[in-house]
Amino acid sequence: MWGRCGMQTDVTALLTIAGMALVTYLTRAGGLFLMKRVTFSPRFEAWLNCLPGAVIISMVAPSALSGKIPETVAALATILVTIRFKSIFPAMLAGVGTVWILRTVM
Amino acid sequence: MSLNSDRESGQADDGVIFSAGGFWVGFRQSIPIALSVFAYGLVFGLLARQAGLSLGESVIMSGLVFAGASQFAALGLWQAPLPVAAIIVTTLVVNLRHLLMGAALYPWFSRLSPARAYGSLFFMNDESWALTMASLSRGEKNSSFLLGSGLIVFISWLSATVLGRTLGGVLQDPSLWGLDFAFTAVFLALLVGLWKGKKDILPWGVAVAVSLVASHWLPGKWYIILGGLAGSCVGAVRHAD
Repeated sequence: MWGRCGMQTDVTALLTIAGMALVTYLTRAGGLFLMKRVTFSPRFEAWLNCLPGAVIISMVAPSALSGKIPETVAALATILVTIRFKSIFPAMLAGVGTVWILRTVM
Repeated sequence: MSLNSDRESGQADDGVIFSAGGFWVGFRQSIPIALSVFAYGLVFGLLARQAGLSLGESVIMSGLVFAGASQFAALGLWQAPLPVAAIIVTTLVVNLRHLLMGAALYPWFSRLSPARAYGSLFFMNDESWALTMASLSRGEKNSSFLLGSGLIVFISWLSATVLGRTLGGVLQDPSLWGLDFAFTAVFLALLVGLWKGKKDILPWGVAVAVSLVASHWLPGKWYIILGGLAGSCVGAVRHAD
């Protein structure tokens, strides 16, 4: 009824965006905030040490190991170029380039 | 960049610093990532236009929320009457992974003043966080890396939102150019640097297995949370044995 231009919808939209912004910032700040209030044990420290690698490999696994040929080959190319050049930019070019070419020709 | 700014306070007991030099290293090293983020910002702007968001609403969302996956999810729900609670809860769930990422920064960020730490964390995104973890794990003590990296990604995301919302279909599908793989490639490159040898095989293997299963069966970003928790817990248990 009100349409996208109505005042009411706009206020609701802005409040929704404000709510999204609030909960998102809470997730960003919450990890450090909670960690400052936790008692550390050696096992907890070991967990913390393992956390970055486990999170990053989880971010990448579904895409790199999707079972599709372009992604799999590109993942290998990325790793090889990283080992060879020890730098992120050429690795990214190799990955993106490989995926782009293989998707185009396949 | 000057010696002066490097010596500026922020010095902690164990040498964690927060200098202009570190800020610019983070800023520069994130330029390639910012370009890929730009491509996705164009897509976000286009979809925001199609979902009926005004230019102002799109810019406010990208500027205040600044979390791509949750913003795309919100657009999927953006229909009158707005399901306000559903959008906010979805945003929270999609962004819960930030809790783990913030926790991983604790050894360095707990040494910073609250203003620096919690200010920088506003700009934390997956890619900037991963680059920062790689830099800090290499023994570089400069915690301002995250702010520099986050800021260029922020600028890129915000300006691309404006451009995509204004011009419409500049770039409909970044995957046609392989740009969706840019983030995967960056994370893979960082993993090569984080690899510490055989002891990583089990926790990383568990993380991969759990994230693959979770990405198949669960929506959103649960695969990152569950894979990250499973892998790190296995690592912790193994360590204590």
